[in-house]
Amino acid sequence: MSTAAPAALAPPRRGLEAVAARVAARGLLHAVLVGLSLLWLLPTVGLFVSSLRPAQQIATSGWWKALSTPFSFTLENYGYVLSQANMGRSFLNSLIIAIPSTVMPILVAAFAAYAFSWMRFPGRNVLFLVVVGLLVVPLQVTLIPVLRMFVATGISGTVPAVWIAHSAYGLPFAIYLLRSFMDELPVEMMESAALEGASHAQIFFKLVLPTSVPAVASLVIFQFMWVWNDLLVALIYLAGSPAVQPMTVTISSMVNSYGGGWEYLTAAAFISMMLPLVVFFALQRYFVRGILAGSVKG
Amino acid sequence: MRKLFIAVAMLAPLAALPAGKIGGKVSVLGVWGGAELETFNKMVKPFEDRTGVKVEFEATRDLDAVLTTRVSAGSPPDLAVLPSPGKMADLARQGKLVDLGGVLNMAALKKSYAQGWIDLGSVDGKLVGVFPKADLKGLVWYDPKSLKAAGLSDAPKSFDDLLAEANAAAAKGVTPFAIGIESGAASGWVGTDWLENIFLKTYGPAKYKEWYEGKLPWTSPEVKSVWQTWGKIVGNPKLCYGGSQYILSTNFGQAFIPLFDNPPKAYFHFQATFIQGFIGKQFPALKAGEDFAFFALPPVKPEYAKSAEIAGDLVGMFKKTPQSAAFLDYLTTAEAQAYWVKGGNGLSPNREVPLSDYPNALSKRAAQILTSAEMTVFDASDMMPGKMNTAFWAAVVNFVSDPDQLDDILRQLDTVRADAYGK
Amino acid sequence: MWERLVWGLVAVAGVPLVLSGYVFAVERALSPFAARRRNALRPWLWLVPGVVLLAGFLIYPVVHTLVLSLFNATSTRFAGLGNYVHIFTERSMLTVLRNNLLWLLIFPTVTVVLGLVLAVLTDRVRYQWAVKAAIFVPMAISLVAAGVIWKFMYQYQPPGQPQTGTVNSFLSTLVPGFQPRAWLFDRALNNPALIFVLVWMWVGFAMVILYAALKGIDEALLEAARLEGATEFQIFFKITLPLMMPTVTVVTTTLVINVLKVFDVVYVMTNGSLGTDVIANRMYKEMFNYNDFGRASAFATLLLLAIIPVMFMNIKRFGRGGRA
Repeated sequence: MSTAAPAALAPPRRGLEAVAARVAARGLLHAVLVGLSLLWLLPTVGLFVSSLRPAQQIATSGWWKALSTPFSFTLENYGYVLSQANMGRSFLNSLIIAIPSTVMPILVAAFAAYAFSWMRFPGRNVLFLVVVGLLVVPLQVTLIPVLRMFVATGISGTVPAVWIAHSAYGLPFAIYLLRSFMDELPVEMMESAALEGASHAQIFFKLVLPTSVPAVASLVIFQFMWVWNDLLVALIYLAGSPAVQPMTVTISSMVNSYGGGWEYLTAAAFISMMLPLVVFFALQRYFVRGILAGSVKG
Repeated sequence: MRKLFIAVAMLAPLAALPAGKIGGKVSVLGVWGGAELETFNKMVKPFEDRTGVKVEFEATRDLDAVLTTRVSAGSPPDLAVLPSPGKMADLARQGKLVDLGGVLNMAALKKSYAQGWIDLGSVDGKLVGVFPKADLKGLVWYDPKSLKAAGLSDAPKSFDDLLAEANAAAAKGVTPFAIGIESGAASGWVGTDWLENIFLKTYGPAKYKEWYEGKLPWTSPEVKSVWQTWGKIVGNPKLCYGGSQYILSTNFGQAFIPLFDNPPKAYFHFQATFIQGFIGKQFPALKAGEDFAFFALPPVKPEYAKSAEIAGDLVGMFKKTPQSAAFLDYLTTAEAQAYWVKGGNGLSPNREVPLSDYPNALSKRAAQILTSAEMTVFDASDMMPGKMNTAFWAAVVNFVSDPDQLDDILRQLDTVRADAYGK
Repeated sequence: MWERLVWGLVAVAGVPLVLSGYVFAVERALSPFAARRRNALRPWLWLVPGVVLLAGFLIYPVVHTLVLSLFNATSTRFAGLGNYVHIFTERSMLTVLRNNLLWLLIFPTVTVVLGLVLAVLTDRVRYQWAVKAAIFVPMAISLVAAGVIWKFMYQYQPPGQPQTGTVNSFLSTLVPGFQPRAWLFDRALNNPALIFVLVWMWVGFAMVILYAALKGIDEALLEAARLEGATEFQIFFKITLPLMMPTVTVVTTTLVINVLKVFDVVYVMTNGSLGTDVIANRMYKEMFNYNDFGRASAFATLLLLAIIPVMFMNIKRFGRGGRA
């Protein structure tokens, strides 16, 4: 890069300077991206390596020591986690809990967001601000009143109770995010559809929902992950019915009352992380679809 | 009909083996996970076979939150492990716990449990909690071979002897103690055990009771002197491996590791009986009794030599059903408790559990101390109201971080005391 | 087991069907009415499912909390503002408020900037999926596991001993003369150390949503600017960023609100010791450890009040305009 400085003084070599600057910029770009990725992965890599080590060694030497000879890896932690009697059942429970708990709030939120964005009604902004304000409600304050409600209606300890609870908890963020996306939809597109005589329901399903795919995809990812990793809601609302417990509950009971057995958590973390990652990769391509750019402008 | 069921339920455990099936199920909320859960399941098996009652156990380490929520929302489990005697008293006074006097066979219970255990489970004269397993606290663990090599005694006569020996060792460049008080949300409790044992062995059980009942101020000369005594160890970086930063950041479950390094980095580790399981897991090759052993923390004043601190898991009843009554009764029997003992998951408060059930010489000795102690007290921090307990844990962390702040720390504890016991 | 699986499948398919059916049913039900009546009724019907859920699961508990905050610990006696007086006169309250402010200033800023940088930059390299995955992974990890990870990361061994904690070990190797630190237990370092854990977990969130917004921008606009000779920096600050601003506001608002109620990380790692306590952790302790519902509710109310400025920030944005 030593040529960069004199080049700046000599107008005829502008082309070279530009090339040098571009190379430098690309270099910086790669350095930043690779550096950040490595930094971000490091803790997880550490956990992964640890999950393959005998518990005794995890406590006495850094995980990177495992990467040099003599190697001593073991699948013992994974074996223990997978051998838990109800692991398969709780995996299934987790799925049964997570899927409707993801779909329901996003659809309900999409209806509400559409109404907030494209329908005019008194109190619209006040109501919307209330929704945003509800984001701050700490989950813990809702536990007792909600559980009381579930007990009174007799659905406490059932999976639908958890669906409804997760849906409600996920709503404020989903409405907030979706409205901000729907607000950006071009007015002309909506007006022309209305002129062609499409009903709101048709506009919503044929136009609005498909154009909001990037936002919906990111919502699906997050809501799915939050529900998948949730322990507290399941522990409280599913109380008393071990048969429907999700994986998080099963995993947490591998640690004893003194905190011994945490090494199993290292393995369990990777097992339970697989599905959210699959969801993430599966939905990634939907971000790239620049529907707004292509279809709307004519 | 219901009465009849209850009668059957009460007869069944009494007669121990024969009895008609009760059927149905009982829900139990507890903290036991991992190896404890395996032992629990083994213990439950014969009960289920015999009575036909299905035991539905749920484990959570966040017992406080789950139990509080479920009790407040009117959906408690039938039986639950209670977070502490302090919490038990709160729940009992709110009328949430069933009086076990009408559930268990008190005559049989009195035969197998020392009165002390029954008193601990009683609030205002009513029995509301029973102990299925216990731990002995206040033990100093060591490696006999390395202790000998370093010329340290495994039977100091008094706390001062221990301290003098430790200081002498430190002068020679040897670090005597390995301490770690990190424990996630409960960090600091290890220190409360130290302080409680020093208190007990300096001022005796009567004063000790005044202290946890909130009648003795934290700023009193007694309590302050106890912190200062502990401060002679924990505040002296020469006596503790790694100094205060290590003590604060090391998990209690890994704090003994320096004892078994080669060469050893420390010689004494203060912890309850349960740590035996941790040592066994970390160093499977070590033999209990030969490669590691313990002695009771020596008394500060000789008259309190035969005092011991214990802790245990309390179980209380929220809903009285034939099934929950039968299962609670089973939990108190020697038959059930032998499972905990054999699995190395604790000591049994039931004196009918034979010493021969204990898996090794070390746990036998602990059991002996437990049954022969003339003055047994329960973990004081657990006896305090929840708020005082948490403040105590936090105070330990603050003290280790900066022992010079002692007066300020104690004044703050007194502010909490004024608030916590008032209600 | 099979029965449950069948029920699960029914629910997976049934939930979206029922909900979609609802919207079409609404249109059908509205058709007999005159246009004006229809337009007045329709928004409410579209909002009904959401409003019902919010009312039952969030608004009712909030009102409940507001009421409880005026009562004593067991909610049996009216206490007026006693709980508020108490929590504000507690000596530790100053530390708690300071910490919340610290989180509030550092966490959203760092997270949004990093998320934005990553969203924009990953778009320019061929290995973008790998970068995105790397940044996203922490989000997929459960909090309990994250707690385990970061205890390893911050582990401390005395100076001169081999370090078992990643951070201390790397810094000792890279920086000559570096003294290992007990990151979580050093009053000068523990708050930043905790904040970094949350940043680590949430940058993936900011990145994913901002990337979705970036992809919503019309490529033609950017191409036109490029043809006119604008530099990439100019394009970013003059075109991309302004167009992404609504989403940046959404992400920032979400992060600000989430950090106001930050709890898990603090609870798992230090439980507020050595000057790391925060409002939500105090609330949790009052509620579940001390069973003082009055004070717990007062802390919760404090959080609700703290959000008012954030809502005003959003009024400006959503308050304007009103379409169709």
